[in-house]
Amino acid sequence: MGKRLKGFDVTVKDVSRAYGSFKALDDVSIEIRKGEFFSLLGPSGCGKTTLLRIIAGFDSPDNGVVLLDGKDILPLPPDKRQVNTVFQSYALFPHLSVYENVAFPLRLRKVPAAKLDAKVRDYLHLVQLDNHMDKKPSMLSGGQKQRVAIARALINEPSVLLLDEPLSALDAKLRQNLLVELDHLHDQIGITFIYVTHDQSEALSVSDRIAVMNQGKVLQIGTPYEIYESPATDFVARFIGETNLFPAVVKQCVPYEDYYMTTLDIPALGTEIKVTDYDNLAVGQHVSFTVRPEKLKITGHQPTRVGKDINLFRGIVEEPIYSGFQSKYYVSLENGTVIKVIQQHANYMDEGPDIDWKDQVFVSWSAEDGYIVEVVDS
Amino acid sequence: MNSHIQEKRGRRLGITYSAPMGLWLTFFFLVPLCIIILYSFLKKGLYGGVEWEFTLTAYRQMLNPNFMRVFLRTLWVAALSTVITITLALPCGYAMARSRHQVMWLALVIIPFWTNSLIRIYAWIAILSSEGFVNEALKALGVIGESLPLIYNQGAVITVLIYMYIPFAILPLFTTIDKFDFQLLEAARDLGASKPESIFKVMIPNIRSGIITAVIFTFIPIFGAYTVPLLVGGKDSYMIGNIIVDQVTKTRNWPLASAFSLVITVVSTIGVIWMMTSTASERARLKAPAQVVDANGGIT
Repeated sequence: MGKRLKGFDVTVKDVSRAYGSFKALDDVSIEIRKGEFFSLLGPSGCGKTTLLRIIAGFDSPDNGVVLLDGKDILPLPPDKRQVNTVFQSYALFPHLSVYENVAFPLRLRKVPAAKLDAKVRDYLHLVQLDNHMDKKPSMLSGGQKQRVAIARALINEPSVLLLDEPLSALDAKLRQNLLVELDHLHDQIGITFIYVTHDQSEALSVSDRIAVMNQGKVLQIGTPYEIYESPATDFVARFIGETNLFPAVVKQCVPYEDYYMTTLDIPALGTEIKVTDYDNLAVGQHVSFTVRPEKLKITGHQPTRVGKDINLFRGIVEEPIYSGFQSKYYVSLENGTVIKVIQQHANYMDEGPDIDWKDQVFVSWSAEDGYIVEVVDS
Repeated sequence: MNSHIQEKRGRRLGITYSAPMGLWLTFFFLVPLCIIILYSFLKKGLYGGVEWEFTLTAYRQMLNPNFMRVFLRTLWVAALSTVITITLALPCGYAMARSRHQVMWLALVIIPFWTNSLIRIYAWIAILSSEGFVNEALKALGVIGESLPLIYNQGAVITVLIYMYIPFAILPLFTTIDKFDFQLLEAARDLGASKPESIFKVMIPNIRSGIITAVIFTFIPIFGAYTVPLLVGGKDSYMIGNIIVDQVTKTRNWPLASAFSLVITVVSTIGVIWMMTSTASERARLKAPAQVVDANGGIT
């Protein structure tokens, strides 16, 4: 079906919303582009759902503006906004059949019968529910309910589709499948998707851009790659994926090729490490250092040749976790600090199981694989 | 192991479980009902009671235009009071379900039951009578010079009936609205419904069972009302309930009283059946959406 609709851009500017003394949104500004798959990602209570409800019209901000295609939509009630929502619990009308649920918006607009019927069938086909149109929502599986909710939200041909944790009630496997379907649907229809989730892997896998939120503030906006590889704050680094994060002090910073080779003193590791950075940091500056577990190498024997930008540690495997495609090790370094290492089992004959509990191992990473997250003032 | 043995056992247990209820209904409902049916076809005894002789006299007497007028009035009063009661009870139930102080509101609805209903009706007399609270207050404020006829008329009967039966409407409405998923209203608004549209197209259909229960709980007792029209009604407030009492205690025409009782039972039963079938047909309608398209298409 060659259905292609027009997406609008959404501008959220200086939006704040407090419930009593609790600041759900604290001066939030986000610019969402036309046709983008944009995710609001954060733990529960971070304000992402409040922001979605403000865009939908179910809540209003204490101050700030929300523009849809450049026009202020805050004075409009929910039914007058070119925005539709897929609710977390689907909110299907239990007294209506699948067909009537999807037809509901058209019946309100008194669309003529023949046109209505064609359109409802069209959208039911889009979400592959042609054979279930006579069923009541209670007779559907979670995935099917979800599809009804999507068809019902799209039939008004909105410019922006809001999705409030639409997959959270489904099991992991189905979630993956539906996520891919959602992504296809987004590519097919072309409207702006604003996707609220607390699941970082969901957000990383489908979004064009992500806003990471915590405690009512937007911490970082960027592509999944930017968010994962260059987190703006400690929180982002910890919340997205897994990481090893340590406070550190800059010891030395010298130009190296087109960036700077920085030496950090990390008390937790009991030693100095090397990391490359684009900024020339002042000596004595307090920063956070992070290195992703999958960027660490783990070996049972001491590497023979160690480059000058390699950080090498000796440790004991405290907890090996084998999960098929990879193994995760909690390695206790000599000074007691525990560091996480993930080893991919990319080849059949990989040496996976030969590192075992209580084995002595060597953990190493290149200076280029570490990352300085946040410059801590004071 | 094998399911149909279990099913059989289950069915037998079902009978065991329902036996107490069955016995109760048989002795306290079915048997008295049969006696009433029987009496209505017998000849009236001279000083009350019946003579064992089959006759249709009671039913012939019932067709008397005076009685017919009372019958129609009863129907009208019951219908009007029920409609007003439900209209008032719906927003009450809604407010209670959305309130943080549900227990307090529930207590306030139930507390009047601690007082005998007769006493509460007499309280209304104190409020509405010509020297009652309302008239005295209005006179003191200088709004009126002479007392308004607030009591011993149809209006007083309907007012007090609504007062008496509104808790029976509020409680079932409250329970169903409390279970209603209010996000459905947001979904409706999101999909383009105005506020009233979201209430009438999404909420009302979903709390249908509560509305039906509320209608049955108010209409049936009001249809058989007897004390309220007697105490606060006037000459033309007589209802079927009053006729039955008169026929038993004054005129001593037990067969006629039985026939009128049957009328109340039949009207109530018809009401219940009508409500039940209308829900059933509603369900059937939803199973055939394609037909609805045509049916609604003609109208819109």
